[in-house]
Amino acid sequence: MNLLRKLRTIVAIIFFLGITLLFLDFTGIVHSYLGWMAKIQFLPALLAVNFIIVGALIALTLVFGRIYCSVICPLGIFQDVISHISVKRKKNKYSYSKAISWLRYSILLLFIIALVAGLNSLVALLAPYSSYGRIVSNLFAPIYQGLNNVLAFISERADNYLFYSKEIWIKSLSTFIISIATFVVILVLAWKNGRSYCNTICPVGTVLGFISKYSFLKIHIDTDKCNYCGLCARNCKASCINPKEHKIDYSRCVDCFDCIDKCKQGAISFGYKKQKNDIHLEKDDKVDNSRRNVMTASALVLATSVLKAQEKKVDGGLAFIEDKKVPKRNNRLVPPGAKSIRHFSQHCTACQLCVSVCPNDVLRPSTNLQNFMQPELSYEKGYCRPECNKCSEVCPAGAIEPLTIEDKSSTQIGHAVWVEKNCVVLKDGVSCGNCADHCPTGSITMVEKEEGNPDSPKIPIINVETCIGCGACENLCPARPFSAIYVEGHLMHKTI
Amino acid sequence: MSEKNKLYRRDFLKVLGGAVAATSTLAGCTYNKEKTRGGNTQQEVPTDKMSYRTLKKTGEKVSILGYGCMRWPTLPTPAPDGNVIDQEAVNELIDYAFEHGVNYYDTSPAYMQGWSERATGIALKRHPRDKYFIATKLSNFSPDTWSREKSIEMYNNSLKYLQTDYIDFLLLHGIGMGGMDALKKRYLDNGILDFLVEERKAGRIKNLGFSYHGDIEVFDYLLSLHDTYKWDFVQIQLNYVDWDHAKEINDRNTNASYLYPELEKRGIQVVIMEPLLGGRLSKLPDYLASRLQKKRPQDSVASWAFRYAASYPEVLTVLSGMTYMEHLQDNIRTYSPLESINEEENSLLEDTARLMLTYSLIPCTGCQYCMPCPYGLDIPAIFLHYNKCICEEKISKSRNDENYKKARQAFLVGYDRSVPKLRQANHCIGCNQCSVHCPQAIKIPEQLNLIDDYIEKLKQNTL
Repeated sequence: MNLLRKLRTIVAIIFFLGITLLFLDFTGIVHSYLGWMAKIQFLPALLAVNFIIVGALIALTLVFGRIYCSVICPLGIFQDVISHISVKRKKNKYSYSKAISWLRYSILLLFIIALVAGLNSLVALLAPYSSYGRIVSNLFAPIYQGLNNVLAFISERADNYLFYSKEIWIKSLSTFIISIATFVVILVLAWKNGRSYCNTICPVGTVLGFISKYSFLKIHIDTDKCNYCGLCARNCKASCINPKEHKIDYSRCVDCFDCIDKCKQGAISFGYKKQKNDIHLEKDDKVDNSRRNVMTASALVLATSVLKAQEKKVDGGLAFIEDKKVPKRNNRLVPPGAKSIRHFSQHCTACQLCVSVCPNDVLRPSTNLQNFMQPELSYEKGYCRPECNKCSEVCPAGAIEPLTIEDKSSTQIGHAVWVEKNCVVLKDGVSCGNCADHCPTGSITMVEKEEGNPDSPKIPIINVETCIGCGACENLCPARPFSAIYVEGHLMHKTI
Repeated sequence: MSEKNKLYRRDFLKVLGGAVAATSTLAGCTYNKEKTRGGNTQQEVPTDKMSYRTLKKTGEKVSILGYGCMRWPTLPTPAPDGNVIDQEAVNELIDYAFEHGVNYYDTSPAYMQGWSERATGIALKRHPRDKYFIATKLSNFSPDTWSREKSIEMYNNSLKYLQTDYIDFLLLHGIGMGGMDALKKRYLDNGILDFLVEERKAGRIKNLGFSYHGDIEVFDYLLSLHDTYKWDFVQIQLNYVDWDHAKEINDRNTNASYLYPELEKRGIQVVIMEPLLGGRLSKLPDYLASRLQKKRPQDSVASWAFRYAASYPEVLTVLSGMTYMEHLQDNIRTYSPLESINEEENSLLEDTARLMLTYSLIPCTGCQYCMPCPYGLDIPAIFLHYNKCICEEKISKSRNDENYKKARQAFLVGYDRSVPKLRQANHCIGCNQCSVHCPQAIKIPEQLNLIDDYIEKLKQNTL
């Protein structure tokens, strides 16, 4: 193995494992060390308006070509892993094909339009890092958590408190289905055609491909040494080497350096060379992949389904507890640090990193088409705890901006609303004040329903000015399935 | 606020002095449900050495170990008909107990969500009826069973479920809970006590008595009527803590050192419940347990409490709710034969009791009377976890404590393990429907609130 390829493989493995771990870890420990790996992803950095990182990535591409796609992009590396296994089973399986440029550029155009027009679900669907995030958090994380739960079970038997079990639940069925679909599409494409997803669909790939045409360092074929064996092309995951004409489509080459190894004549090298026009864009686009790719792309867009996950447990001497249902909120709740729903929508790439890291099971992907798969808060399983600001720490796209625990505790993301007909004080005739007892800002007071009558039931009144919308009241309200107090989201967050 | 301070005020260092340093090197506290501390399981369990007490009225022999049928092994999920009890395990336990000389079985229509009598009846039916005693109760706690008809129906059901035509020991259940008012409504105004006296005359009840918790006025009142009703026996809570310190734990409780002499001077024989304080006396803090074990290395910590309770001569039998075969075997060993507590051991136990009080344990015995909580909480599990952490010294005073981080993790992870999230203390709304059912008179919502406050402080790192 040549040194370049060795280096590429090592760096890729580090990034791949690191980013995967980011999505798997629910303890929040990994983020303090590896959080930067998510933050240097192209699209999140672009949405975070982080010019330094975007500039650095463009510069990297101008020097080395699309090395980003080989060592930083987790979805790219994931495809390399698949094609690596595929190639083991059938050697020399690839062949040169022409670029399907019309598709690449139309998807890019569509993507840019969606980005500008705020069609967030489409953006989220096409963004490579987000796709990978969804695959890990929806498909791999449950397995990881299952293994963790086995360890927790063992450590419980051993009277050890290192591992604790984590509830596994599908946070949104539609997002789960999309993740499966993406996974299958990527798996099939990578297995059969290596990097065809990156070179026909991925908008980041198209942009970086365009830049890498002008990169300083490139793969070159020494025509004097070449014996036209075509091994390089048959081992090119990107199908970008035309061995007959000694041409390489640099817009598709991802700098994997596999061809350098494969060439027995030593005719292929990576370096600087004054170039002629190497790019061939051909009018005739009759490549058999194109139709399939268009179909899969549209299938992705169509796959939506709304169903709620249900889980039930019956216990002997314990009262049955009905699951809470999501109340209808006029405005959705987005995490403290999101500033406003508009700001959040514009920046979020729906990568699910915050959803994966939320220790209180509050964040989940939205099922609303307008902001499909972007996270939102709901308080059926837990509430936004005062000591936690994990989501703001991990967000790579600047959708949730970092904020301290103190800032978080004074950021109003919504306000509580009392629903009289559900309140147990009136319904069951018991005394209760659990909402008031657990309000971290002391915004709820229990008052006599009939003034001056000390025997009258006590009902909660809410100070909407100081309420921050954390959902402690909603989560801990004994009324089920609908709480008697719920949080209504605010369009603009404010500091109280 | 002062109550809160009391709960958190556990100056182990002050109380135990330098001894704490020694205990810190001991292996972890064994506080598992399945394990009792100590006890040599290798030792053989004798079949013919059980100690017996004589029932004065008839001269019959009652085993000093009585089987409490309140904690039978349960099924992982209830059977289709709602039965929660693992009948095969019950058969096995009762067969074993029977073979080893245990002949007193104490149940109630209220136990095990109403399934205890049936399970006990099935298992006992397989043995000759004249070889064992059945004790059951008229557990008409719920107001809709206060009518004469409903109460008599409950009594008849007991006969039916236990598959017998007579009850050896019948008890008015838990008098004192709810005060004189409850006594009147449950047994006096509806003529049920007179009915039971008639049943005794007819021979369908061999011995009539009552079990007592709570308001002392009711106990005194019923004893004052001894000449009328001729109580054959009375069931009280007695152990080396409750002898002199029941009032210190909760001033609504009564010391056994008052109850027992009152019964003794009237010649009424005594059945003992809660000899282990709901298991707490088998799960002593490490330091206290090791002092007992040093004296008798072959004996379990629990055996001390059993020997203590049985050392009183008027005691007819000592009840133990044994879920596990290991507990049954250990108790049989303890009483085969009984070796009474001597003077020196008695003062060691009194010392243990006094030190235990400094640990501010919640006096929950896990009897489940408070359950089910209508809002889904698992009250005994929450208290059990808290007490366990006290015993294992995993309760922190401040976040600057030396092993705060470890103790915090152990408390919080252990909490989630032993109590499902939806059944934890923060869901208590303070409706207080539970407290009236608590035989230990624990102010349940108040205690839950204090525990929740402590947990919040741990979670937010503001302790």
